[in-house]
Amino acid sequence: MSAPPLISARNLVKTYTLGEQQVQALREVSFEVLPGEFLAIMGPSGSGKSTLMNLIGALDTPTSGALAIDGAEISSLSSDQLAELRNRTVGFVFQQFNLLRRTSALDNVKLPLLYSRRRPPDANAAARASLELVGLGDRMDHQAAQLSGGQQQRVAIARALVNNPRLILADEPTGALDTQTSAEIMALFARLNAAGLTIILVTHEPDVAAHARRLLRMRDGRIIEDRAQ
Amino acid sequence: MKSHEILEFIHIAFGALWLNKLRSALTALGIIIGVAAVIVMAAIGNGATLQMQKQIAMLGTNVINVMAGSMRIGGHQLGSGGAVPLSEKDMRILREGVPGIAAMSGQLKGSVTAVYGAANWSTQVNGVHADYFDVRPWALTAGRYFNAEEVARGAKLAILGSSVQAQLFEAGASPVGDIVRVNNIPFEVIGTLSTRGQSMGNDPDDVIIVPLSTARSRLVGRGFATVPDTVGQLSIRVADGYDMTEMQSSITTLLRKQRRIKAGEEDNFSVRNFAELVQARNEQQQTLSYLLATTAAMSLVVGGIGIMNIMLVSVTERTREIGLRMAVGARGIDVMAQFLTEAILLCLAGGLLGLLLGVAITIAISTLAGWTVSIGIGTVAMAILASASVGIIFGFVPARRAARLNPIDALRYE
Repeated sequence: MSAPPLISARNLVKTYTLGEQQVQALREVSFEVLPGEFLAIMGPSGSGKSTLMNLIGALDTPTSGALAIDGAEISSLSSDQLAELRNRTVGFVFQQFNLLRRTSALDNVKLPLLYSRRRPPDANAAARASLELVGLGDRMDHQAAQLSGGQQQRVAIARALVNNPRLILADEPTGALDTQTSAEIMALFARLNAAGLTIILVTHEPDVAAHARRLLRMRDGRIIEDRAQ
Repeated sequence: MKSHEILEFIHIAFGALWLNKLRSALTALGIIIGVAAVIVMAAIGNGATLQMQKQIAMLGTNVINVMAGSMRIGGHQLGSGGAVPLSEKDMRILREGVPGIAAMSGQLKGSVTAVYGAANWSTQVNGVHADYFDVRPWALTAGRYFNAEEVARGAKLAILGSSVQAQLFEAGASPVGDIVRVNNIPFEVIGTLSTRGQSMGNDPDDVIIVPLSTARSRLVGRGFATVPDTVGQLSIRVADGYDMTEMQSSITTLLRKQRRIKAGEEDNFSVRNFAELVQARNEQQQTLSYLLATTAAMSLVVGGIGIMNIMLVSVTERTREIGLRMAVGARGIDVMAQFLTEAILLCLAGGLLGLLLGVAITIAISTLAGWTVSIGIGTVAMAILASASVGIIFGFVPARRAARLNPIDALRYE
């Protein structure tokens, strides 16, 4: 008896219109992600992995097919409900960190709490705890711009964690980092996964994908390989 | 939206504005100038209204003035007062023939020199009936008015205007009971009047009020040999419930008959309601100040367009930030609220500075030019409300543009 899937995709299709041209970014993609998985999505650019990522993160809705995130069918949600889903269920980590540069690490981490419908009574305490979890307890008052790349990515991870999401969604999280720092960040993800958090990361680096326990390989909008590792 | 969110938004908006201090200051300048202009124009407009109300209160809204006017003899226009002057007899006829006269007094004016001790002062004398103070209420600071019996026997009594009092007596001294020589005739001071204040360049307080009969026989002279009982001009207070226009016309009809003016001939006297004249003149001023206020409001609109422009730039610059906020759970309305807060904060700050600038300019105008100005709480509230409205109106389009961004495109924006 296994837990219900955290993500359940059935025949996902996403079509973009670029001028006159119809681009099929996803063609009939189906898969499931169970709670506690550590999944890497690999593929060359244009394979549809970023499109899939946007759908899983509730930033976009599919052209057709069914996609349930934590039990909620996203094509039936309003844009406000999608925002709430992103806020409560998903934590994003981006390649370029996407921090507010002139804002302190602590305030950056607090950002999701500002929009949260179930805000903890002490937002500062929650943000501090989150920063300590990623090993940045001593840099809380530094502006994001004053931190190194690895530290900025840790702040971004702390921000992703602050609202206790069910899922961390990382898009090329080590793409802007050196090898040593990449290894540290991946170790952090592994540690979080070991603690029970579901992690999905998109990457084109086999070294990074090797940290995951399941690999999903994509090409031309289709999943061509799905294996445990 | 919860209060903590509003506070956060204000905090965030302040931070964003502070990051671009110079830009924020220059943008706010449009609002500062606009609000200052509105404040100054409103202050001048209000001042003019106050001035008008003061003049009307002084003249009385229910007072009719009758003057013997110019007379035309064979195409030759004689000056004012060239016609037969009004007399005590005219007053009796009016009192009997026109119902609705509550009080009536003549006013016989002339120039005199007043002396007290070593001090002397050239001033105006106004000979009036005892009813004068009933027609035109004028409070005493000390002493009493004269009565009808004193007017009838030509008593040498004087009531001093505050300017005359200030010229002849030391500050703090009580003139009541003292003797002042007017054109070398001794008058007993029985009262002093409260200050009415400058108006239209005249000083209504530079006057000595004496019984009309005394003025006629001793100070101003008879003027017109055929009318020994001249009373100068008449001031009539109309009783409550009587129509001013009807009163004016019945007075005119009666006086024409009395003065034997044939139908078709022009009046050789005038019947006027001064308050109406003042009102008419001030309505023109009012129109002008509305025009100026409209111009000022226009500059506020121009300032608002500046706000809109800079907010649009800000939204474009911060597209990635907006995308990030949406990715971590900001709804469209949250993003909209954030940018609206910024625009409103900018406008309110500009509004408050504009208010200070406007007050400073207003004080400068009233000090340097001596204009009557007035800044009421309504003006202040209007300035704040106007600047906040400008923020909402001109911040709306940029804020909506931010709220409608697609999170994916916004996140990828370079």
